[in-house]
Amino acid sequence: MPEIPATSRRGLLFGTAAISAGALLTACTSNEPKTEKQPADNAPVADDKPGKAVTIGFAGPQADHGWLNAINVNAKSRAEKYSDVTLEITEGSNDTAAQIGQVQTLINKKVDVLVILPADGKALTQVGLQAMKAGIPVVNLDRIFASPQAYRCWIGGDNYGMGLNAGNYIGEQLKDKPNAKVIELAGLDNLELTKQRTQGFDDALKNYPNLRKVARQAADFTVESGQAKMAQLLQAQSQFDALWNHDDDQGVGALRAIAQAGRKDFLMVGGAGARSAMDAIKADNSVLKATVLYPPTMAASAIDLARALGQGKGVSGMAELEIPASLTLYSAVVTKDNVDEYLPTGFN
Amino acid sequence: MTQPAPPAQQDAPMPAAKSTPDKGGSRRPLGLRMDVRNLSLLGVLAVLVAVGGFTKPDEFLATSNLQLVLTQASVIGVVTVGMTFVITSGGIDLSVGAIVALASVWATTVATQEFGFAGILFTAVVVGVGCGLVNGLLIAYGRMVPFIATLAMLASARGLALQITDGKTQIVTVDSVLDLGVRDAYILGIPPLVLVFAAVTVIGWLVLNRTTFGRRTVAVGGNAEAARLAGIDVRRQRLYLYLLSGLCCGIAAFMLIVLAGSGQNTNGNLYELDAIAAAIIGGTLLSGGRGTIVGSVLGVLVFTTITNIFALNNLESAVQQIAKGAIIVAAVLVQHRTLRGAGEA
Repeated sequence: MPEIPATSRRGLLFGTAAISAGALLTACTSNEPKTEKQPADNAPVADDKPGKAVTIGFAGPQADHGWLNAINVNAKSRAEKYSDVTLEITEGSNDTAAQIGQVQTLINKKVDVLVILPADGKALTQVGLQAMKAGIPVVNLDRIFASPQAYRCWIGGDNYGMGLNAGNYIGEQLKDKPNAKVIELAGLDNLELTKQRTQGFDDALKNYPNLRKVARQAADFTVESGQAKMAQLLQAQSQFDALWNHDDDQGVGALRAIAQAGRKDFLMVGGAGARSAMDAIKADNSVLKATVLYPPTMAASAIDLARALGQGKGVSGMAELEIPASLTLYSAVVTKDNVDEYLPTGFN
Repeated sequence: MTQPAPPAQQDAPMPAAKSTPDKGGSRRPLGLRMDVRNLSLLGVLAVLVAVGGFTKPDEFLATSNLQLVLTQASVIGVVTVGMTFVITSGGIDLSVGAIVALASVWATTVATQEFGFAGILFTAVVVGVGCGLVNGLLIAYGRMVPFIATLAMLASARGLALQITDGKTQIVTVDSVLDLGVRDAYILGIPPLVLVFAAVTVIGWLVLNRTTFGRRTVAVGGNAEAARLAGIDVRRQRLYLYLLSGLCCGIAAFMLIVLAGSGQNTNGNLYELDAIAAAIIGGTLLSGGRGTIVGSVLGVLVFTTITNIFALNNLESAVQQIAKGAIIVAAVLVQHRTLRGAGEA
C-alpha cells in the first residue's frame, strides 16, 4: 500500500500557504470598530444613590440573535451603573433543562432577586415557583410564566400592540388610497408571539375599510429566510401598497430582496427596532419608513425593578409603595421624525 | 508491508481488482438506470410546474419567477453538489450548514470587509476549505466515523460563528458584492448566482462521471476494502472529498452573502438535511457507491419549486411543511415504482 511521504516539497508549500492564509484569516475575526453606546443609561428609575447592596441573578436564553444579545448588554450595563448591584449572569441556554439547572444554581447561591428571561415561559414556571417559595422575588422578563405565582413582577413587550401600532400607522399613511393592498412578512409561525403580532395587525387593519391584506408569509427571524420569503412575496404580488415585516433582523434580508427586485412602489414598516432599520429610516432612501419597537431596554428596566425589589423600594414617579405586578411596554412607532430619540436603543 | 487482510478475504485482490474495471465496463446499464431515476424526478418536476402554472399562471410562468426559483436554488444547490460526492463515497457531511454559517460570518466581519470583494470571497472559500480539511483529516487519518466527525464540526463551527458575531447581524457594505444580486447584474437574463450554480453543477458532473477522481469516489463508496486492494489510496480520496464539500460550502457562503447582504450565525440553518434529502431523492445511494449530480440538482429544484408554489399561493407555513413531507414521500415512491417498471428494483 503506498504510504504518503512524511514531507514533500508540495506538502511544505501547501502547508506554508495554509498557515499564512490562516494567519490572515484570524486577523479577520475582529468586529471591533463598532462603538457601543449603551441605551437607557440616562433615564434611571429609582433613586441613583447607592443603597443596600443587592445581588441579582440573571438567566436568559442563548444570545444567538441581535435582540437577545441586546437584552444581555442592556442588563449588564445597567447593573454596572449601580455600585450597590452585583450581577450574577448565567451562560445563556436555549435548552429548558439546562436553564432550569442554571436558575436552581442561582437559587442555591441565595441571590437576592432573580431576573429570568425563559427560553420557554411555560416550561420554566416550576423553577420560578421554586424561587418564589425560597423567598427570592422573581422578575419575569418578557416570556411569561404559566402561573402568576411564579413571579413577583412581569415586565415585557407587547406583541399584540406591535401589530396594532404597525397596522394603525400603515392605515393612517394609506387612508386616502382606495383599495389599498397590504402584505405581511411574519416571523416564526410556531411561536405564540407571531400569532399575537398578526392578530394585532389584523385588528388594526379592520379600522381602515379601504385596506385589504392580500398575502402573508412566515420567515423565521433570520436574514436568509427574510430574503427568501420576501423574494417570493414580491413575485406573488406584482403591486401592493404597504408591507409590515415583524422583525428587523429578517428585514435586512427582506430589504435585500426588495433591492434585488428593484421595487420601490410601496411603504415598509419594520419591527423590533434594530439599529440598521433605524439608520435606514433616518437616511430615508429605501422603502423602509418606520419600525415598531419591541424594546430590549426592558432588560435594563428589569434590573431597575430587581434592585428596587431587593432594596424594598417602590418606583419613583408613582404613588405606589410597591412595584407593580406587571408592566407591559409600549411599542412606539419610530419614524423619520422621532428616530434620533430612539437611535441609541437600536441594536445590532 | 501492507496490513494483513482478514483471512476471509485472502483471495479478494483479484476479483476486487477485476470488479473495478467491470464497473466502468457496465457503465451503460448503470447510466440507463440513473436516467430512469432522473426521468421520474423530471416527471415530478413537470407535475409541479403544471400545478404552479394552473394555480398562478401569471406569476408562476413569468421569466422573473424562473430567475427567482433558480436563484433560490443556487446556494443550497452548490452545497448539494459537494454533498453528493461525499455520500457517493459512503460518507456523510452533517456540518455543511454550520460551515456555510461560519464562512459567511467570517467573511463579513468589519475587518474582512475592509479588503472588499476579494477579501470576502477569499475568506469565505478558505474558511470552507479549512473546515473541510479538518473534517477530512479526522475522518481519513483520525479514523473517526464521518457522522461523528462532522457532527462535531457542526457544533464547533456554529459555536465559533456565534462567538464571532456575538449574535449580531453583520451587514455587508461592500457594494460590488451586493450588486451581484441585483437585476442589473444579470447576464443575458441569467443571475450571476445561477451561473455559478450551473458552473459548479457542470464541473461536478464532469468530475464524477468523466475523471479518475470520480471513478475512485464511486469505488470507495461501493467497497472501500476492494478499492484499497485495487490500489486506490482510500484515505487520501476521503480527505479530498471532505475538502471538496468544504469548498462547495465556502462558495455557497459567498453566494449567500450576495443574496442576503449580510452574515449571520443562523445562516445555513438545516442545510445538511436539505442537501442530504435532495441528493437521496435525486437517486444517490445513502450507503454509497452510486451518485448522480443531475439527480441531486433536480432534487434541489423540486424542493425550491414546491416552496415557490406554496408562497405564490399564500399557503400557511403549517400547510407548507405537511405538504412538503408528503411530496418527498410521493417522489420517492414514484421513483421506486418507475424503477420496478423498468425491471431494475
